[in-house]
Amino acid sequence: MKILVCISHVPDTTSKINFTNGDTEFDTNGVQFVINPNDEFGLTRAIWFKEKQGAHVTVVNVGGAETEATIRKALAIGADEAIRVNANPTDGFFVAKQLAEVVKNGGYDLVIAGKESLDYNGGMVPGMLATILGYNFVNSCVGIEVDGNTAKVTREIDGGKEILSAGLPLVVGGQKGIVEEKDLRIPNMRGIMTARTKALNVVEPTGDAALTKVVKYESPAPKSACKIVSADNLDELVSLLHNEAKVI
Amino acid sequence: MSVLIYAESAEGKFKKVALELASYAKKVAESLGTTVTAVTINASDVSELGNYGVDKVLKVSNDKLNKFSAKAYADVIKQAAQKEGAKVVVLSSTTDSLYLAPIVAVNLEAGFASNVVALPVSTSPFQVKRNAFSTKGFNVTEISSDVKVLALAKNSFGLVEASGAAAAEDFAPALNDADFAIVVESVEKVTGKVTIADAEIVVSAGRGLKGPENWGMIEELAAVLGAATACSKPVSDLDWRPHSEHVGQTGKPVAANLYIAVGISGAIQHIAGINSSKVKVVINTDPEAPFFKVADYGVVGDAFQVVPALIAKLKEFKAKNA
Repeated sequence: MKILVCISHVPDTTSKINFTNGDTEFDTNGVQFVINPNDEFGLTRAIWFKEKQGAHVTVVNVGGAETEATIRKALAIGADEAIRVNANPTDGFFVAKQLAEVVKNGGYDLVIAGKESLDYNGGMVPGMLATILGYNFVNSCVGIEVDGNTAKVTREIDGGKEILSAGLPLVVGGQKGIVEEKDLRIPNMRGIMTARTKALNVVEPTGDAALTKVVKYESPAPKSACKIVSADNLDELVSLLHNEAKVI
Repeated sequence: MSVLIYAESAEGKFKKVALELASYAKKVAESLGTTVTAVTINASDVSELGNYGVDKVLKVSNDKLNKFSAKAYADVIKQAAQKEGAKVVVLSSTTDSLYLAPIVAVNLEAGFASNVVALPVSTSPFQVKRNAFSTKGFNVTEISSDVKVLALAKNSFGLVEASGAAAAEDFAPALNDADFAIVVESVEKVTGKVTIADAEIVVSAGRGLKGPENWGMIEELAAVLGAATACSKPVSDLDWRPHSEHVGQTGKPVAANLYIAVGISGAIQHIAGINSSKVKVVINTDPEAPFFKVADYGVVGDAFQVVPALIAKLKEFKAKNA
């Protein structure tokens, strides 16, 4: 089985988010970048397939040279090779078009992407990619088994889950549950050393145009101070929730 | 030319988000000088949509669509958009709608903006404000394609009643076998419990509760408020509570009217997932807990005393206001 894992290079959750250049750009100064958590769950499942069922795992990222440290981490975790599409990931549609080209050239059976990235929270790349390719697509994937040419995929739904049967080739939008947090791997020294010698192929983008662009960023309005209510006066809390906040 | 919404229903009844979409689409349509059309799938009575600004309903009734299929539903929405010549298609942010939205967008060659939190900043060029960076920022996104697809963030607009009646019309889009290539084998759904996705109020608890045996009072507090129960990530990792209750960045997102956090310190990953809730209350022994920085109301105290006392006060309140 050939698996492609799409990874996004995103600010670590604890990063301060600031904007620059008249609020038209995200300020990457001092920001620590990581593999997008939803992608890392999918990557870990791909490595599981490689170890238990035999699979060749390629990771792909659409981004500039600055994302290579993140890509190398994915190789250190256990991916076999990597591709970087040398382009600024301007919008979800543009990224999906680039990934579609990679999939067409590589002939993958299974493509795993995170259901959403933590920077732009667009949640569109896996679905767009599958639709451009005409492949089956399951989003919010919290479990996947592959047997021959068929996958059994568990999808999270509001208030529960459902089990789907989908033929390969297949694109899934992964999240926590496809593996659990405890299954995530920290690269060991051997992994880090071998990652240096694994192939990281840089390919140039297709000429497709983006359909959206960010014109401005805004920070959330400062939060007013928390009103502290005494534990001995919970009538006041009930009254505030009813009369002031109007939520009960 | 109209603005199209997909009005989601469950067991034939519209979800609240469908009415919120209608309210939102009405305002968008007014600024574009057009009307609102809703497409519904196996909804029984569609007249309610007229009360929230929908002018016309394309009513799809098809037993093949009883089980959700993203591709088939996306096909229905695409055909409805084409029939209406819709330039703006608005979807909700339920799990199902976020699944089908990118499919609809590609099939309509439309640019897509999710997490939209307000009416368009401008309609020409078409610009919308959306949540980004896991609620730590917003961006204004410009969509340049002819057709635009938006997903409205839950609880970001509210309901706006309108006077009017929706004209219903049966609509039978052509569906093909490829739309049903993915087969639903089984569905497990909790019944008789408020889900985190639909809840107006969510009561959530963390490690401060010391053990799974102490959750009785959290469930009681939730029951009094008609709320859903949730938990922090450590609690789900320890298997004190089911994983389906985990809310936060890697868990379920919460955009409730009221979020009550009991014994949760407020790690940044937790806040990222619940910050879209309108009003946040924290109950914690530690006044330095980071949750107090994002909460609207806070009680410094021991959950084992505060929660039972709060339940008693709420019961009195409910009895008085019943």
